[in-house]
Amino acid sequence: MKWLINFFTSSIGRKLIMSLTGLFLILFLVIHLLGNLQLLVDDGGVTFNAYAYMMTHNPLIKVVAYGNYFFILLHAFMGFLLWSKNKAAKGSKYAVRSDAKVSWASKNMALLGTLILAFIFIHMGDFWFKMKFTDQLAMVSIEGMDVQVKDLYTQVATTFSNPLLVVAYLIGLATLSFHLWHGFQSAFQTLGLNHPKYTPIIGGLGKAYAILVPLGFAIIPLYYFFVMK
Amino acid sequence: MKLKLKVWRQQNNKDKGGFQTYDVVAEEHMSFLEMMDVLNESLIEKQETPVAFEHDCREGICGSCNMVINGRPHGPNSGTTTCQLHMRFFKDGDTIVVEPWRSRAFPVIKDLVVNRSSFDRIIQAGGYVSVNTGQAPDGNSIPIEKDIAGEAMDAATCIGCGACVAACPNGSAMLFTAAKVSHLALMPQGKVESSRRAKNMVATMDKEGFGMCSNIGACEADCPKEISIDNIARLNREYVGSVFGGA
Amino acid sequence: MSLDSKIPKGDLADKWTKYKSNMPLVAPNNKRRLEVIVVGTGLAGASAAATLGELGYKVKAFTFHDSPRRAHSIAAQGGINASKNYQNDGDSTYRLFYDTIKGGDYRSREANVHRLAEVSTDIIDQCVAQGVPFARDYGGLLDNRSFGGVQVSRTFYAKGQTGQQLLIGAYQALSRQISLGNVTMYNRHEMMDMVKVDGKARGIIARNLLTGELERHAAHCVILASGGYGNVFYLSTNAMGCNVSAAWRSVRKGALMANPCFTQIHPTCIPVSGDYQSKLTLMSESLRNDGRIWVPKSKEDAKAIREKRKKGVDIAEGDRDYYLERRYPAFGNLVPRDVASRAAKVVCDDGHGVAPTGLGVFLDFASAIQRYGKSEANSQGLDTNNQKLVTELGTKVIEAKYGNLFEMYEKITGEDPYTNPMKIYPAVHYTMGGLWVDYNLQTNIEGLFALGECNFSDHGANRLGASALMQGLADGYFVIPYTVGTFLANEIRTPAFDPNTAEFTKAEAEVRVRLESLVSNKGTKSVESFHKRLGLIMWDYCGMARSEEGLKKGRQMIRDLKAEFYADVFVPGTQDEFNPELEKAARVADLIEHGELMMVDALDRNESCGGHFREEYTTTEGEALRRDDEYTYVSAWEWDDDNPVLHKEELVFENVELKTRSYK
Repeated sequence: MKWLINFFTSSIGRKLIMSLTGLFLILFLVIHLLGNLQLLVDDGGVTFNAYAYMMTHNPLIKVVAYGNYFFILLHAFMGFLLWSKNKAAKGSKYAVRSDAKVSWASKNMALLGTLILAFIFIHMGDFWFKMKFTDQLAMVSIEGMDVQVKDLYTQVATTFSNPLLVVAYLIGLATLSFHLWHGFQSAFQTLGLNHPKYTPIIGGLGKAYAILVPLGFAIIPLYYFFVMK
Repeated sequence: MKLKLKVWRQQNNKDKGGFQTYDVVAEEHMSFLEMMDVLNESLIEKQETPVAFEHDCREGICGSCNMVINGRPHGPNSGTTTCQLHMRFFKDGDTIVVEPWRSRAFPVIKDLVVNRSSFDRIIQAGGYVSVNTGQAPDGNSIPIEKDIAGEAMDAATCIGCGACVAACPNGSAMLFTAAKVSHLALMPQGKVESSRRAKNMVATMDKEGFGMCSNIGACEADCPKEISIDNIARLNREYVGSVFGGA
Repeated sequence: MSLDSKIPKGDLADKWTKYKSNMPLVAPNNKRRLEVIVVGTGLAGASAAATLGELGYKVKAFTFHDSPRRAHSIAAQGGINASKNYQNDGDSTYRLFYDTIKGGDYRSREANVHRLAEVSTDIIDQCVAQGVPFARDYGGLLDNRSFGGVQVSRTFYAKGQTGQQLLIGAYQALSRQISLGNVTMYNRHEMMDMVKVDGKARGIIARNLLTGELERHAAHCVILASGGYGNVFYLSTNAMGCNVSAAWRSVRKGALMANPCFTQIHPTCIPVSGDYQSKLTLMSESLRNDGRIWVPKSKEDAKAIREKRKKGVDIAEGDRDYYLERRYPAFGNLVPRDVASRAAKVVCDDGHGVAPTGLGVFLDFASAIQRYGKSEANSQGLDTNNQKLVTELGTKVIEAKYGNLFEMYEKITGEDPYTNPMKIYPAVHYTMGGLWVDYNLQTNIEGLFALGECNFSDHGANRLGASALMQGLADGYFVIPYTVGTFLANEIRTPAFDPNTAEFTKAEAEVRVRLESLVSNKGTKSVESFHKRLGLIMWDYCGMARSEEGLKKGRQMIRDLKAEFYADVFVPGTQDEFNPELEKAARVADLIEHGELMMVDALDRNESCGGHFREEYTTTEGEALRRDDEYTYVSAWEWDDDNPVLHKEELVFENVELKTRSYK
């Protein structure tokens, strides 16, 4: 087992944790987006509320969900560790630094990550916490289901009627976009998955992902604020 | 051309150090180091201590010279060492800021001279093929694909100057280490012990206090030999393989 | 003093084999107790230290660099020779031996050179096994190219960075021995003196360059691999730190300096551009495979080019003088270095030079670009008459072959060598002379060995291209590991040396006094200014052409310079700190004395041979006139501040007939 401990305390091991958790979260974002797009179904929330009920009650999904929380925290913790160790390794700073052509995002992953973490707390406080640990949400009946479910759909509509929260979400998603701009391809590089033919494709895919996924999420608050109000 | 030079002066490792400003008259055909020679000669004439800087071959291959010029290791031109940088790339009246490599693993010795012996220790940890003199079979006994040999050569072209570490915001030595691991892993003669090599070299790199790679690519952009970060991916692959594969 | 070269008896081809079979061996348990000091970690030093470490000796290796990887061997571009005959073009050990003897103008020792040719093939095998990425052809086998002075393709190369790759190979082997604890590495340590105990070399005084502290290191023997003395000319292709001090300090302790006047002027360097210039950059000899050397036939055209009113491309084909092809049709642009250099000097002295200073000739790739372009177009089935396409394709081929050299040229000069011919001029590059050594590479001082450029043994009066790497590695990997045993086998009863004996403390005290006199001198002039002046004197009076009158004058000028140096040099700082100016001062002081000895040697040698060209001794055609009847000897000099003493080692040629070198 010593080899495993050595690995996860080595620089590359730690980076690998960042990479694997990052890739998991990238996958999660797609699932999350696909689920959330049901909010755009104009049926008074029937589809979405049923989906929300399923997501909070299916035991398999619950396990995955807790795994997901753990990976978010691990990614954040490891990111912080890397940041602090790297800062120490660099020591003093240059009086002048003119960077060669490297992306801004790549140098500011820790800052972006911290903002995203803050955003996740706000986001989970708005929905997940209220849904799971409070009785603030109204109960509604859905045809074909024998229990009443929490009306998360209305909670979403209420939240996104607040212009401040809509702006906060948009900022959060923009931050996410920058984070993914570097993170997607970086995860593959860390895994050593590199090839003269395929790496440019992964790079292009990553950039498309970094734009399209946050954009997909951004449609929801915008839709509620401008169309549904 | 008249220049204003802001040069980092630091008596020794314990000294805090700071910038000193000098006026220098240079010619555009001079190399950057010859311009520094002019500065030093003028200091000696005034019986002052010249600026200590490291240099030797002055043709871009020994890896001795190391100056961060206007915020970039080896100056503004890509694929160029400090000694190959010529003054025609500066303008009359320019202010030029000259600093040493900065990284905890490269402590300053004096002025612009830093201690890069950590690189030697990384190589000593496994950056070689374990073959004794006289054991070799005929040089042509193992054919090597031309492109593979070329790729190995591109990695082996590293001059060990440390610009990668100097450029990296994390102070990481991954490009240096990766270049050696890559070079030897690509050659069939070196492939034999590539797992062991990757593991030991990374362990030493970590122990020496270098930072961790976050794939920014500043190293590649400032490497005077333009070594690709594809080599870092190969090191990652070798390393992961070395840990999870084998016994 | 009689010089015994200790050449083994027997047939030339069998000498080394027999020697190896009959030499005394040192048992492994004894090797562990025997200590060896290696000074310098370039190709010769690093390979020697690594191999001796592998054999089990206790090795201490010293370099003044911050890492062994920085030695100037790293700058060798073109390649390394070996008589592998992979190209099936008639190469053999004998042919490499013969080419080297002939190339060296019959002033080297047959037995040493034959051994060099014998082990050349082992070097390639060894380096391949170390992972050196030599150039390969599409079949995956090792590629070769041609170099000056030979008619076969026997040069192995790794792009234009062969020296770098070979040095990295040796450095890696050395690093491995360091990690195994067999070699203790002393970086940033400079040898300040050699210590003799009872007439044998038993240690060195080294200065820790970071702290200035003087250290005493004792061992059973001392191996010098400290490189050449080209920096005596100030401007050379040598690195700034290259120096003669380790060798010179040994000369001052009684070692003999052999053939110091044999210096190599390399024909293809980037011309000098101004007074501030600190060093010259070589353009690899491999360029002469494809480049054609010429100057304008008319002096008016040359003048117009110098004044930038015309460019090389403006001169019509018929108005160009391809002087090497004209004078030496058999070898053309690939004549040996000394011949090519002198020919360039002749045309420039005659007013045909093309660089602004008047000292420069063209190295032109236009016809190679056309030739390769046509062949490419042909093989791709394209129109060979399409000038633009052919040029484009040809440029690509040239770029693939010499891209990094062209890039380097452009970086330095700001001119594009693909469209305008390069300007080149000869520059000091290598020194064939060095410490006198016998067949064992041992100097006249027992226990003191010299390897690589530091010794005199293999290149005679002129070195062929791609032979320096070969010699450095031959000495380090394959010769000294055997020959050092002949000395050490008699030392197995000698206990480890105590570095606190009177000999060591005395030597250390002398070094301290010497350095103190430099830093406490209340002078006004910088070390650099003296070095520059030394260089000018050497270049003017002991450079490409030498004369009795000039040499006498030059010697006196150096003696005056030496007196002025000690009276008026200013060295800032103290000796107890990191002080690069002091390092330089000590080195320049030694270079000055060595420069004087070069003048003395050049004056003694009343003939022209190889890199040594005496204006008084030329044929009617202006070629060098060698005088075998009187000067077939090695000049080994014993230093004396006023009258150095000459010892002669007669060279015996049993296997080659001495002929006038002809490359016509």
